[in-house]
Amino acid sequence: MSILARNLTKTFGAYTALADVSLEIPTGKLVALLGPSGSGKTTLLRIIAGLEFADPGSGRIDFHGADVTDVPAGKRGVGFVFQHYALFKHMTVAENIAFGLTVRPRRERPDRAAIDARVKELLKLIQLDDLGARYPAQLSGGQRQRIALARALAVQPKVLLLDEPFGALDARVRKELRRWLRHFQREIGVTTLFVTHDQEEALELADEVIVMNNAKIEQVGTPQEVYDRPASPFVIEFLGNVNRFATKAHPLPGAGSDVLYVRPHDVDILREYHGEHGVRVRVQHVFSAGNTGRVALVREDNGDAIDAELSRVRLAELHLVAGDEAWVVFRHIRLFPAGAFTERDVATEDATPAVADPGQGI
Amino acid sequence: MASAVSSLSRSAGSTTRPLATRDALWLRYTLTAVALGFLALFLVLPLVAVFAEAFRRGIGAYFAALNDPDGLHALKLTLLTAGLAVPANLVFGVAAAWCIAKFTFPGKSLLITLIDLPFAVSPVISGLIYVLLFGAQGWYGHYLDAEQPWLPGLQAWLIEQDFKIIFAVPGIVLATTFVTFPFIARELIPLMQTQGNDEEYAAITLGANGWQTFWKVTLPNIKWGLFYGVILCNARAMGEFGAVSVVSGHIRGETNTLPLHVEILYNEYQFVGAFAAASILALLALVTLVLKSLVEWAHARRHA
Repeated sequence: MSILARNLTKTFGAYTALADVSLEIPTGKLVALLGPSGSGKTTLLRIIAGLEFADPGSGRIDFHGADVTDVPAGKRGVGFVFQHYALFKHMTVAENIAFGLTVRPRRERPDRAAIDARVKELLKLIQLDDLGARYPAQLSGGQRQRIALARALAVQPKVLLLDEPFGALDARVRKELRRWLRHFQREIGVTTLFVTHDQEEALELADEVIVMNNAKIEQVGTPQEVYDRPASPFVIEFLGNVNRFATKAHPLPGAGSDVLYVRPHDVDILREYHGEHGVRVRVQHVFSAGNTGRVALVREDNGDAIDAELSRVRLAELHLVAGDEAWVVFRHIRLFPAGAFTERDVATEDATPAVADPGQGI
Repeated sequence: MASAVSSLSRSAGSTTRPLATRDALWLRYTLTAVALGFLALFLVLPLVAVFAEAFRRGIGAYFAALNDPDGLHALKLTLLTAGLAVPANLVFGVAAAWCIAKFTFPGKSLLITLIDLPFAVSPVISGLIYVLLFGAQGWYGHYLDAEQPWLPGLQAWLIEQDFKIIFAVPGIVLATTFVTFPFIARELIPLMQTQGNDEEYAAITLGANGWQTFWKVTLPNIKWGLFYGVILCNARAMGEFGAVSVVSGHIRGETNTLPLHVEILYNEYQFVGAFAAASILALLALVTLVLKSLVEWAHARRHA
C-alpha cells in the first residue's frame, strides 16, 4: 500500500511544524523520516496516521490512490507504534494484542477462538510465545516494543507507522531490535514509515531516507545517496561527523561565506608529504580504543581543529603521539557556496585543484 | 555530641547509608517528638474528647441520644446529600479533568481557575450566592412571582409542587456539590496530565471509538486516583458546615444535616446529644480514612 502526501502544511499558532511538505512512499518499502527534534517529522507521521490533521484547506493524503485526508485514524487502517510503547498497563500481553479485534463492532468481530488464534500467531511472530499472560510491567523495554508492534499488526494495517520506535531502549537492545525489525518488515512486506533522529539507525535500517529540517524535506534518497551525495550543508552535517572549514577560495562567484566539508574518514594522515595539497598539522590526541582509530589534529597555520578517522592498522603504522607534527591530505571534499554546491574527489596523489587549493584556501 | 557521632558511625556501618545523609540523633528525636506532639494535641485529643463527652453519662444515655428522631433525620439527610453530591461531582470531575488534561482549547486556564473557585471563596459566601440566586428575593423567587415568565408551564409546575430550593433539601445538595466540586477534578487533572494521551491514541488507531477508549483505556488508568478523589469528596460532603448552614434554614427534622444538628444541640446545652452526633460524624470520617488507607495500600501493592 503506497502513501502519497501532497502539500501538507501544519501550524501551531505562530509556529510552523510543516511547510508545504510532499512525499511519496512506495508499496512495501521501509522508509525512515530522519531529522533533529522540532523538524516536523513526528507531526508528519501523526498526520499520515490521522492522529492530527493538516491545516484546513492544505494538502491531501492518499493511501494507494484512495483519498484518506478526512478519514479518522481508526478507519485509515494504520498501525501506529509509540516511542514509549503505550501498551495498556492493566491488560495482559494477550489482551493488548487482541484489543484492536475486540473493539470491533459485533458484526465484524471475529469469534473468541479466532481472536485467540490470531494472538497466538502474532506472539509466535514476535518470538514471545510464552508471555501472553504477563502484564506489560513485567517485561523488558525491547519485549514491550515488540508487543506494541504485534498489537498494531493484529488489525492487519495497510501501513505501519513507528514513532521513534527504539528511542527509549538502551544501545544494545536497540541494535538487536533494529536488525530484527528489518528482517521482520521484509518478511511481512507491509509499507513502513518510521521516525528517528538517529542517523545511524536511518542509514542502517531503511530502504529510503527522508531527511527533514525546519518543517521541510531536505532530501529523499537511499541511505547511500543521502550519505554520499548530500543535497545541502544541513544533510552533510546531520548525517555523521564532518570537518567544517570556512574558506575564501571558491571557484564560483558568490558570497564569501563558503563552507568546505571533509568527512573524518576522508582525511589521510601522512608522516612525510611533498605534494602541494597537504596541510601541516599537529597531533592533539589519539583515540586508539574502538572500532576505528581517531585522531584529533590542529592546523599549524590557523589553529582549525580537524578530526581524522583511520583504520587501527594504519594508526599503528603511523606511531602518532600527542605533539607530533604531520601532514594531512583530503581524499574527498564538498564545497557549499551560498546557494549551490560542488564536490570533487581529491585523490591523495594526483589531486585536481579544481575546487580549492587546500594548501592555501581551506 | 561525640557519643552521638560515634553511635551514628556505628549505625551507619550496619546500614549502608552514608553518614552525610543522616541527621544528628537529637535532631531526629526532637523533630519526631514535635510532630507526634502536634498530632496528639490537635488531632487525637479532640477525637478522644468527642467520645469521652459522648459517653460521659454512660452508654445508655449515648444510645438514647442517638435515637433522637431529629438526629436520625439529620444523619439520613447527610447521607442523602453526600449520596447526591458525590456522584454529581464524579461525573463533572471526570468530564472536567478529561477535557483539561487531554485537549487544548481556548479558555482552558480560565476553566482550571473556575474549578478552584470553591476552594478559594469562603463556604459562607458560596451559601450566600445560592441564597441570592435561588432565594425568595433572588432570581428564582422573581421567576416564581413573574406575571409573564418564560416557560409558563414550568413556573406553574414549580408553584404547584411548592418546589423550594433555599431552606430546603435541593439548596443543601447544591451548596454541598459546589463546595466539594474541586476534589475529584483536582485529583485527576495532574494524574491524567502525567499519563499523556499515547494510550488513548493507540486505542483510536486500533479502531476503538470514543466510548470504548474511555471505558477500556482511560478509566482503568485513573480508577485509583478517582476512588481517592471520591473518598475525599465524600468526607467533605458529609462534614460541610458553612455553606449548608446558610442555605438550610436549620429546620429540625427537615433541613438539618449532622454538622448543623451538632451545633444546635450544643447551643441548647445538650452536650451528650451534641457529642453523640459528633461521634457519628467522627466515625464516618474514620471509616473514610480507613477506606482511603485501604485504597492506598491496594494501589501500592499493585505497583510493587
